[in-house]
Amino acid sequence: MTPAPLQVLTEVAAGLCLLFILLVPFAAAGLAAINAGLGRSRNAAHMMLSSLCVFALAAVVFFVVGFAFEGYPGGPAYEFIVRGKSWNWIAANHFFFRGLPLDGSPASLAALLGMMSVGLAAIIPLGSGADRWRLGAACVSTAVFAAWTYPLFAHWVWSGWLAHLGTNYGLGQGLVDAGGAAPIQVAGGISALAVTWVLGPRRGKYTSERMPMAIPGHNAVLVLLGCFLVWLGWIGLDCAGAILFARAEAGRSVLIVVNATLAAAAAMLAVAAITRIRFGKPDASLCANGWVSGLVASSAGCAVMPPAAAMIVGLVAGALVTYTVELLELHLTIDDPGGSISVHLFGGFWGVLAVAWLGQFPEGSASGQWLVQLAGVASLLGLVLPLTYALVRLVNRFLPMRVAPEGERQGLDLHELGAGAYPDFVSHNDDFLQR
Amino acid sequence: MQVAGWIIVLAAIALLKAAPQTAFALAGFCVELAGVMLAVRSHLIPHGEKE
Repeated sequence: MTPAPLQVLTEVAAGLCLLFILLVPFAAAGLAAINAGLGRSRNAAHMMLSSLCVFALAAVVFFVVGFAFEGYPGGPAYEFIVRGKSWNWIAANHFFFRGLPLDGSPASLAALLGMMSVGLAAIIPLGSGADRWRLGAACVSTAVFAAWTYPLFAHWVWSGWLAHLGTNYGLGQGLVDAGGAAPIQVAGGISALAVTWVLGPRRGKYTSERMPMAIPGHNAVLVLLGCFLVWLGWIGLDCAGAILFARAEAGRSVLIVVNATLAAAAAMLAVAAITRIRFGKPDASLCANGWVSGLVASSAGCAVMPPAAAMIVGLVAGALVTYTVELLELHLTIDDPGGSISVHLFGGFWGVLAVAWLGQFPEGSASGQWLVQLAGVASLLGLVLPLTYALVRLVNRFLPMRVAPEGERQGLDLHELGAGAYPDFVSHNDDFLQR
Repeated sequence: MQVAGWIIVLAAIALLKAAPQTAFALAGFCVELAGVMLAVRSHLIPHGEKE
């Protein structure tokens, strides 16, 4: 079966979509600020430069290779037939955007959004690899991610077989994920998990009894400022994705902005309440993670949920991030300084599944929609996770990803860049004392 | 196990209908979760090893 062609956008809708896409870099800036603030002061410049480098590299690799594999709805693709049904598995565009008119057409807007989205997804693992991931290795991992992993899965979700399970097999609407919770957030979170497993925890993080030591972030102001930037970027991401991939009319943007805002607010308030009850005071870094988690979780269903449902999504996402941060650090010995795995992986999974529960659709069975959303999660766990882990291990084999112990002690700013982020003050750390 | 579970999910969608489809898809998903749990366990830091 030939997939439905990309909708024709009016000039107003195309202009609005372009404007929304231009907001997406704010999300990247916000995530970079959050990751830098949650890390140590001696690695702050390294984190910001790493964020800029991986965003730049992801955009270039996506232009060269990635878009050819991701494509756009209705574009050329390779398919195979099973029992008379087509399974569209990878796009068949030209490298270097050849043959793609960059004129405001839906295909060109999809390419531009893809370029921004892959950069955003590439920044996510930097949070979990903070304080110990070498810049060169991060760039190589990003190149692999932007060339293959992200485009393949993004194609499945927005224009490939997952998107067409509704038309081909009568399963709901096909996978519903307007804002990219699965291909951007969960794929980035999976990459973060793979990187954390390969790098191991920071030195001094765990005692010999496997007890985690607190290594607080160095700049809560930067973290909380990042939340505002992320909010702005997410509004652009959700609205542009909904117009391009969920065929939402431009006027639906108001609902999407309301949903994103309510989900973020509910998640942050839930975290503040939980930490206030459990620890006596609200935790700033967890509140920031909760805010982002609400945005992540609302991405998938932003265009198909009523505002009250978005609040429920946010509340659950907030609770989820609070407890998964603890689960990962205390019980699974996963050292994730930026909270990327809890926020993007768990929040994204919850968002994808919540669509089946809380989404409002004009037609299609609810059980079919559950099955499609489950197939999306299963693809992430069953293919993207093993593939990403294998690729990260491969990169690590040829280009060791972890910085040398003296570099970790000295700080990545001085060790890899030769200058610190804050030259006017010296921090005294006792992270390496015997405990 | 993760890949095997994913293939079970795909096969259920492509080859089955109605209740068996859902049942096999859920079974495949459970196989994946078992694989994820094994992967997580294999990455735990052993007691007595200082990082």
